[in-house]
Amino acid sequence: MKGQTRAGAANAPERDAPIALARLDRDFDHLVREDRVHRAVYTDPEIFTSEMLRVFGGTWTYLAHESEIPEPGDFRTVRLGLRPLVVVRDASGRVHALFNRCMHRGATVCRVERGSASHFQCPYHGWTYRNDGRLTGLSLPKGYGPDFDRSQLDLRRVPFVESYRGFLFGTINPDAPPLLEFLAGARDLIDQWLDRYPDGNVIVRSAAHRMVYRGNWKLALDNAIDGYHPPFSHRSLLEMAAERAGGSDEGRDMQWWSGDVDESPMYVQALGNGHTFADQRPAVFPSSWAQQRPQPGREAYEAALRAAVGDEKAEALLQIAVGSQMNLNVFPNLLLIGSQIQVIEPIAPDRTQLTWYATTISGVPDEVNVLRMRSQEDFLAFGEPDDQANFEECQRGLSIPEIEWIDFRRHAHTGTERRDERGVVTGLVTDELGMRHYYEEWKRLMTVPLRAVTR
Amino acid sequence: MTRLDRLRELAPVTSSPVTADFYDRLIGEAGSFAEEGEPVDAETERECVRLVLREARLLDQARFEDWLRLFTADAVYWIPHVAGGGDPRREVSLAFDDVRRLGDRVARLRTGSAWSQVPASRTCHQLTNLEAWRGLRAGTVRVRSTFVVHESRGAVERSLPGWCGHLLRVEDASWRIVLKQVNLLTADLGLENMSLVL
Repeated sequence: MKGQTRAGAANAPERDAPIALARLDRDFDHLVREDRVHRAVYTDPEIFTSEMLRVFGGTWTYLAHESEIPEPGDFRTVRLGLRPLVVVRDASGRVHALFNRCMHRGATVCRVERGSASHFQCPYHGWTYRNDGRLTGLSLPKGYGPDFDRSQLDLRRVPFVESYRGFLFGTINPDAPPLLEFLAGARDLIDQWLDRYPDGNVIVRSAAHRMVYRGNWKLALDNAIDGYHPPFSHRSLLEMAAERAGGSDEGRDMQWWSGDVDESPMYVQALGNGHTFADQRPAVFPSSWAQQRPQPGREAYEAALRAAVGDEKAEALLQIAVGSQMNLNVFPNLLLIGSQIQVIEPIAPDRTQLTWYATTISGVPDEVNVLRMRSQEDFLAFGEPDDQANFEECQRGLSIPEIEWIDFRRHAHTGTERRDERGVVTGLVTDELGMRHYYEEWKRLMTVPLRAVTR
Repeated sequence: MTRLDRLRELAPVTSSPVTADFYDRLIGEAGSFAEEGEPVDAETERECVRLVLREARLLDQARFEDWLRLFTADAVYWIPHVAGGGDPRREVSLAFDDVRRLGDRVARLRTGSAWSQVPASRTCHQLTNLEAWRGLRAGTVRVRSTFVVHESRGAVERSLPGWCGHLLRVEDASWRIVLKQVNLLTADLGLENMSLVL
């Protein structure tokens, strides 16, 4: 991008000419209609393969959080689509997203999930790379002739890596807009999500919670912007919470998901570029802390906070010890849910890993972060598994070839949507506008000419 | 008495034993499973092993309320992501339940609308490699075991291996569970549908 400084791009060797990303020869206008989508987009292996090149790579994709690699040398191995990467902070503090692939014969050079290293040495034949990707050594170099140009054998990379307030994104597409432009209406909401906290940041410190389901990755995205499912999919959680709360509104959690939720002040939004948002905040009562299902340690830790900082400050801190009641989805793979960072990791057309990163925050007493750990376990134990069971059963039902369409018509024709001056569209909470919106972006990425560079 | 009343008796909703001191003690107790301790007498070992095996059978029989009765009021059911538990003040776990949240877990399963348990899991909790040692505190016993939970749920069949640490003490003339720490072999890796009781 002209004039743009990017992490990892300064002082890079001259770029290769971009290659064109292959386009799958399908009638995408047939497969993705205005308010329905063909089952093939969830089941077809060729569509999946193409998504892994074009959607995961052709646009900005979430890679990792800067707090996971705080010090020079720190690294995490992640994937861009199915491509193994090492996301690493070099000695100068700059972040690189290197393809985890030796330039000799293709072996991965880093075999662990996280760590710290100044260099990566390939375990197969010993080629050695500095953590900024530079090839620094190989044994028996006289085995290579005079035309052997080592400067062309640095680890390839995701050439465009940018961070927005700690969230690291990457793309291999030289024509992608700047990250800030790509984020569109999601940017302001990322700000809201972070600005709840005194230091305006989150820290990923805990081990991740990894959940696998036998279904397509887009089923998770459909659910993330779905304000229609909670009373049904989460019926057991809502019933259990009501039973155990014994008639009280305190500690019942999610009690606003009953009756006609389209009459509630909750809403969903299409933010541009496939990003979406569902907002529960206007419906929460009596308060975020008061309504949360009681967690282990609730009483003692609330008392300790009140004793430590006084009631007024404690009240404010307790509200940020529990989830944000925001569901912000940055297409294609980053979901901010409650307090957690969820990453969609496709594995196969009918297999997906959802990795949940619990977060802590700085500038608060320890008690707040201990409470955050217990509160971030609750929905993953008692809510999410039922959604994933429904994803798996969708994948099974979608295996029937003769029944072709997935229906996204809710509120498409009820005249209840509003568009603002930024182009953000807001609808009632059961409106399926989010799915219709992200599929527009999906179709664009699957069909337009896309180019890629890897250094 | 309704099912819910019975559950409230077994797993009260009013308070939690978890405090800052509680976490300190728990981390110490959990850490002690890494090392052999002093042996216990044969009769104590027999009784403690009997309790652990009974617990496994109750789960396989889906007798969750009877299973809850085996826990002390200050017990924790803990399935960490970090081998050996790490520090639960800094880490989320697959499960970190005091008896209150354990009661919630059972209550949810009993609603009949927990779709991740429709159809319900059928399990075989297989325990081997049982060792019993004195606990850190007087009157407690540590039992360490290797387990495999074989599960059949709808069309899916799988086995979940790992090691388990039980901390036991006597209450009302029976050995009861103070801590059950389930250390899955694949605790930090991708896991499908973990709605079953391990």
